[in-house]
Amino acid sequence: MIVTDVVCPFCGCLCDDLVIEVDNNEIKTVRNACRLGASKFLKHKKNRKKKPIIKENGEKKEVDFDYAIDKAVKLLKNSTRCLLYGFSSTSNEAIEYGVKIAELLRGYIDNTSTVCHGPSVVSYQTVGYPSCTLGDVKNRADLIIYWGCNPLNAHPRHLSRYTLYPRGLFTERGFLDRKLIVIDVRETDTAKIATKFLRIEPNKDYELVSAMRSILNGLDIQQDTIAGIKRDEIYEIVDMMKSCRYGVLFFGMGLTQTYGRDRTIDNAISLVIDLNRYTKFSIMMMRGHYNVTGSNQVFAWLSGFPYAVDFTRGYPRYNPGETSAVDVLSNKEVDSALIIAADPVSNFPKEAIRHLLSIPYINVDPFYNLSSKYAKIYIPTKIVGVEVEGTAYRMDNIPIRLRKVIENEDLPSDEEVLKEIYERLIEDEIVIKERYSI
Amino acid sequence: MRLLLKNGIVFDPLNNIKGEKMDILIENGKVVEKFSNERDVKIIDCTNKIVMPGGVDIHTHIAGGKVNAGRIMRPEDHVYFVKEREGIIHSGSGYSLPTTWLTGYLYAKMGYTFAATPAMPPLSARHTHEELKSIPIVDKAAYTLFGNNWFVFKYIREKDYKKLAAFVSFILKSVKGFAIKLVNPGGDEAWAWGGNVKSLDDIVPNFDITPRDIIDGLIKANEILNLPHSIHLHTINLGRPGNYIDTIETIRIAGKYSNEKRQVMHVTHIQFHSYGGKTWKDFESKSEEIVKELHKYRNVTFDVGFVLFGETTTMTADGPMEYYLSRLTGLKWQNLGIELETSPGVTPIIYRKKSPVHSIQFAIGLELALLSDPWKYCLTTDHPNGAPFIRYPEIIAMLMSKKYREEIIKEVNPAIKRRAIIESIDREYDFYEIAIITRSAPAKILGMEKFIGSLNIGNDANISVYEINPEKYTYEDIIKAFSNSYLTIKNGRVVVKKGKVIDEIYGKTFYVAPKIDDDIMREIYSDLSYYFKRFYSVNLANYPLDTIYLTNPVEIKTIPKLERIVMK
Repeated sequence: MIVTDVVCPFCGCLCDDLVIEVDNNEIKTVRNACRLGASKFLKHKKNRKKKPIIKENGEKKEVDFDYAIDKAVKLLKNSTRCLLYGFSSTSNEAIEYGVKIAELLRGYIDNTSTVCHGPSVVSYQTVGYPSCTLGDVKNRADLIIYWGCNPLNAHPRHLSRYTLYPRGLFTERGFLDRKLIVIDVRETDTAKIATKFLRIEPNKDYELVSAMRSILNGLDIQQDTIAGIKRDEIYEIVDMMKSCRYGVLFFGMGLTQTYGRDRTIDNAISLVIDLNRYTKFSIMMMRGHYNVTGSNQVFAWLSGFPYAVDFTRGYPRYNPGETSAVDVLSNKEVDSALIIAADPVSNFPKEAIRHLLSIPYINVDPFYNLSSKYAKIYIPTKIVGVEVEGTAYRMDNIPIRLRKVIENEDLPSDEEVLKEIYERLIEDEIVIKERYSI
Repeated sequence: MRLLLKNGIVFDPLNNIKGEKMDILIENGKVVEKFSNERDVKIIDCTNKIVMPGGVDIHTHIAGGKVNAGRIMRPEDHVYFVKEREGIIHSGSGYSLPTTWLTGYLYAKMGYTFAATPAMPPLSARHTHEELKSIPIVDKAAYTLFGNNWFVFKYIREKDYKKLAAFVSFILKSVKGFAIKLVNPGGDEAWAWGGNVKSLDDIVPNFDITPRDIIDGLIKANEILNLPHSIHLHTINLGRPGNYIDTIETIRIAGKYSNEKRQVMHVTHIQFHSYGGKTWKDFESKSEEIVKELHKYRNVTFDVGFVLFGETTTMTADGPMEYYLSRLTGLKWQNLGIELETSPGVTPIIYRKKSPVHSIQFAIGLELALLSDPWKYCLTTDHPNGAPFIRYPEIIAMLMSKKYREEIIKEVNPAIKRRAIIESIDREYDFYEIAIITRSAPAKILGMEKFIGSLNIGNDANISVYEINPEKYTYEDIIKAFSNSYLTIKNGRVVVKKGKVIDEIYGKTFYVAPKIDDDIMREIYSDLSYYFKRFYSVNLANYPLDTIYLTNPVEIKTIPKLERIVMK
């Protein structure tokens, strides 16, 4: 059987043109996908468990789902403050239940953008976000800038599907109609194919953006080099930006997680807003996980805030740096956690991990990862986009429905597990009566 | 379950009931003439209380990509307006951009039971419906954006209205839309290159077509498809001084057409399109001219888009206008160019009493309402552009009380006296007229009288009861009564009691499905697959969405006819 128009649940590109050959519920071949995407389908059996695993009296044992969920509900109910974290690799439907659980338990909820594009979201709240969809880039853009990101390795089909190579209505000759500027600290694979590559000194992004804005706003630059880049080159780049027909600036971790963080992004977005006086210019974050955009969106429409939401007072609050996952863990403010579709143990700061490992936590994830290993309760689930359908948002906020390619009858989906937890929690009159006055 | 609302003073303009004392009977979620049996009837005494059908909001940005973009961009809007979770009633936050749960509760608290979100880009329709899905209590619908769609441009340029209609029906069915919405027709396409259209006869860059052609073509398609609602039009040059001339020109386009059942053009938030003067310095009200023109045509309706003082967020699919506004105010600005379809934007705004322009905008809204026939328009603030919807009761009070208007006029910029005519208008609305502009007229304009906006026998029991004495009241009483309905009943269940939300149910979602011959569909299908392959960034197969995204979907079938374009 050939399944067409499959959506790839790997990165923020959400390519939706995959063709997958399935024979007897086995994935045989994956066409059109990049290596990263194809591996998600082809190696979907790696690191999977068939049953939940519970740590009791220092011993791990396999249990059935009903028992595991029951234990999870008890754990959450008996804790005073819990943290829900993850959500970037699951469907919106599951995320919605995550927010409901956090709200009911008066806990904290956060998604992985807190350690990723969190600063970008904060600066979006300061100056705005003039953006467009990837199809608009495909049809119109004649100047592409990648700043602090390397899509050729991290989002391999970004250039071929959306930005540099495709032919659109106003870009009929594909890459011949376009210019590519790459700004990075090292000569990445993407930099090698650029029309113009600027090797910037590490952590000097803010200076370079400021220089560009100064030139754009009619000031002159006094220094010979800024951020390791020659004065003339900066003038040349600004000139390219001003004279293009439609430009887009894509930025990644290289810009968000260096010195200045949200201040740098503030400046970069302001640069793009300034450029709109001369031509049409847009900016876009290079989102990593396939539904990290979706988690921001769902959080926002249910609580009003995109990440780091605190329900401890019964209503949503937001203060990244205080209510974000890393901070509530480092400050030892939670005594239980529910980790969904993420692996904080392998990438959080040491201080946060130390506290996480000292408290009992539940891990709901299709794959058995490092966080699952140390979890008190691990509940395996179906892989969204491979074994179950669901909604996800592309990096440009376009919603796409992920498809099911193969059946998996052994496991529930993330949505089903969270729904079950929520319903059992709400069923329990005691929880409601104790915590709320009706 | 049976419910008897006893001795209420009923206002139901669609049934011509003007404040009569009567009982309303509800059984199994419907309004009935008499109960099938008299067992377990719950009687609620409504003596000296006003009973109206549930409110209908025809134009309110409550869900979708740009609303949520606004929520993400404006945490400051959410910090000082929060609601705690109580029992099964969820928490929420947001003043001008309430979260989805809170949106439903706030509407119900005002006695509203229907809200239509007016600008859904087809490509992100799934997002709009996901949000609508989580809005409790109210019935919902979403208008679909067509005014800057490349297919629409192509078929109108080829003057192939049959194919245009087929394409529109394909999109409406695919994205579960309710009506055709046009926003700055042609302007967003120009904005994709940083420009805009300045008049109805400007050429849209690269497409050899004018805004006038687009409006005209989509009226034709709408009439062919025989949709319940007419085109829902946000015309060009929104918010610019002197734009009333373009608005009058726009209204005249409708003059060519007629439809015996309903209007052929609904001009939305017309307050933003009724400005005179050449610059912001000689900015003035042209409401009289607009009202005069509107009342010449029986086939044009409008909603007001009142402006009230205070902080709010503006959001529209009119991208160039949002950029222009953000450069005026210097506040943060967000834009999202959506391939082939539209280009929405968001920026905050603070309407100040000391600003002459804002004072005149405030006056224009009231003038338009007070000079018009109430059956011709609906009360809206173009939420959240003019003011958040929770401030509707203030507008109702202003329309009903000249004293209240005078008190506000005293505080605002004196320009309102010279460049607006609000001071000279003495009219005061009564409850019947308020019921028209908040219930009956919107339902009629939407072509949905069968479902909403009246207490017809057999209709869903969506009813609001307000605690106010219709003989003797002050404007404070009006604001208090309409802000906190005594009862809101949705599908026969009491969801709000004395201004407090006590129950949560999910309303219906309406969408249209015109029936189109397979032959025409086959023809447009080849265009569709070519365009999707070449220009879109998603595949055609992943574009349509399923009814699983809708709560209680209600499909409204229509039978299209090519002869239906009736020209005068």
